Amino acid sequence: MCYSLRFLVPLILLATPGVGLAQRAYSNIGKTPSQEEIQSLGVIVDPSGKNLPAGKGTAKEGAEIYAKQCSACHGKSGEGGVADRLVMGSPGNPHRGPFTDQDRHPVSFFAYSTTVWDYINRAMPANRGGSLKPDEVYAVVAYLLYMNGIIQETDVMDAQSLPKVRMPNRDGFVPANPVWPPNPKKPSWY
Amino acid sequence: MNSKQSGRRGFLKSAALASLAVGAERPASAQGVTDTTAPGAQPGTHAHGQLAPHAAPAGRGVTRTITHTTYYTPLADSVGIITPASLHFMQSHSRLPDIDPATYSFVIHGLVERPLAFTMDDLKRLPSVSKIRFLECLGNTGPRRHVSQGKNSTPVTVQYTHGIMSCNEWGGVPLSVLLKEVGVKKEASWLVAEGSDGSKYTYCIPLTKAMDDCMVAYLQNGEPLRQEQGFPARLFVPGFGANHSVKWLRRLMITDEPYLTWDQSVHHAAARVDLGNKSRWFNFVWPPKSVITRPSAGLKLNAPGYYEITGLAWSGWGKVQKVDISVDGGKSWKEAKLQDPILPMAHTRFNFDWTWNGEEAVIMSRCTDDRDEVQPTLAELNRYWGRSEKDRLEPISNTHYWNAIQPWKIAKDGSITDVLFA
Repeated sequence: MCYSLRFLVPLILLATPGVGLAQRAYSNIGKTPSQEEIQSLGVIVDPSGKNLPAGKGTAKEGAEIYAKQCSACHGKSGEGGVADRLVMGSPGNPHRGPFTDQDRHPVSFFAYSTTVWDYINRAMPANRGGSLKPDEVYAVVAYLLYMNGIIQETDVMDAQSLPKVRMPNRDGFVPANPVWPPNPKKPSWY
Repeated sequence: MNSKQSGRRGFLKSAALASLAVGAERPASAQGVTDTTAPGAQPGTHAHGQLAPHAAPAGRGVTRTITHTTYYTPLADSVGIITPASLHFMQSHSRLPDIDPATYSFVIHGLVERPLAFTMDDLKRLPSVSKIRFLECLGNTGPRRHVSQGKNSTPVTVQYTHGIMSCNEWGGVPLSVLLKEVGVKKEASWLVAEGSDGSKYTYCIPLTKAMDDCMVAYLQNGEPLRQEQGFPARLFVPGFGANHSVKWLRRLMITDEPYLTWDQSVHHAAARVDLGNKSRWFNFVWPPKSVITRPSAGLKLNAPGYYEITGLAWSGWGKVQKVDISVDGGKSWKEAKLQDPILPMAHTRFNFDWTWNGEEAVIMSRCTDDRDEVQPTLAELNRYWGRSEKDRLEPISNTHYWNAIQPWKIAKDGSITDVLFA
């Protein structure tokens, strides 16, 4: 990020409404939302976790929250119930594949730890998505990572440590970087 | 809350005005004279949209689990290409939101010059477009669909094997119009679309596709979207798995990378033996596919003689080029007639004249699209994905974007069954 000022100043001018760049074609349609309004939509976490919110939690704290909020559907220890199985492998012993079509839901399968945080934060518990506080989400994620053998029971998960967790199935996805349009020389499915 | 209440009062008021207006138009009724030539000739007994007294209502089909509620389109009942909005399929993973369009808006933000929130009024003022396009769930027709499902033991018919698929005329605003209004920044390359259902369902679309032919849809066959189709507004991404067309649109966030959301990168990733047991993620386009909708499993031929073979063909890449029919289990093929209109990324109706001689027969259709890609047989698909023969009802490898040729077997007694895995 070491742009020279010479380069940056014209960019700032261009980005200022009414200065350069394409004008709006349809004036007065659509309203500019305030920063607060955009923030009130909540965060969608990116793969690198750079927009993870403040907060922290451990597997021990997460176990209590899991028992209250998650176990009714996902089983006492993440073995699955009316809803998906969340644990493959065991503490200290991660499952490294192969994963079949039936094994897509355990946390071991996820390529990124940040996806676990994002989904639990926005979607869980079912139909009460968004009701967990950031500390609670970090704690439940820590518990599930621990149960899947990916972190230690005492590891503290927060905005810095969570993105550094290397998932055992990180390289289990093809293509490594999603692309569009696909390679025209290959058929629809490759 | 206040605006919702006043919205309801407003509705009651306009409904009252509307009924007054109807009264004013019908002075004859008031004098006890019935106008038998008017549409809805018996006011009070016939409702707008009501079926004829002896018409059977369409066969709706539903399966429910805690994570999936599915409505299946009764494909065997139709000719033509348009699915009635009331019979459009649905696949949902959480509670359907109930959104008041009067207070609804969605936001476009992220790597843009000026974030904007659009209301329904805003959307309806902007340039509009309508397109006839298919939508198909990426799980349609997979191996699990070829056995009886759920508590109600659904029958194995074309409604349940292929019915998580429909074709409607979708109306709305081209997404490119909205993206130009917010001014997408040069470094942007992806779009993250979030819905406001219980799971905040989220999917990513490449920006090139978003600028090309996507829309924010608010009409379905000329009506407001059905609740289960994302009322009041949804993203519509033609040709791609329906999973990309995020319903109850809450926001579009413009980014410089795909976000690895659970729905797209986990739940819809597909294990593949041929890829060294890795999983294929970010699958986009539905490859060429077709199915004979009549005669099909669950129906019965009453006697030998003439039967039209009719069905649907489509491709997420473009138009259907041709459809071949076999009535001898794939030994020989003849070209079917394609019926107008033949539209890109839309269902295309095919018809084929056939006389059943009363002997056992296996009938099937094969689609070739305008990129010359041909719909594969089950054996070809298995080879392609490294699937084994035993990998059927408890699949260990991919079942998404399943486009195998579908055989129906007609027995000597005229009964018809699904023999894809037979």
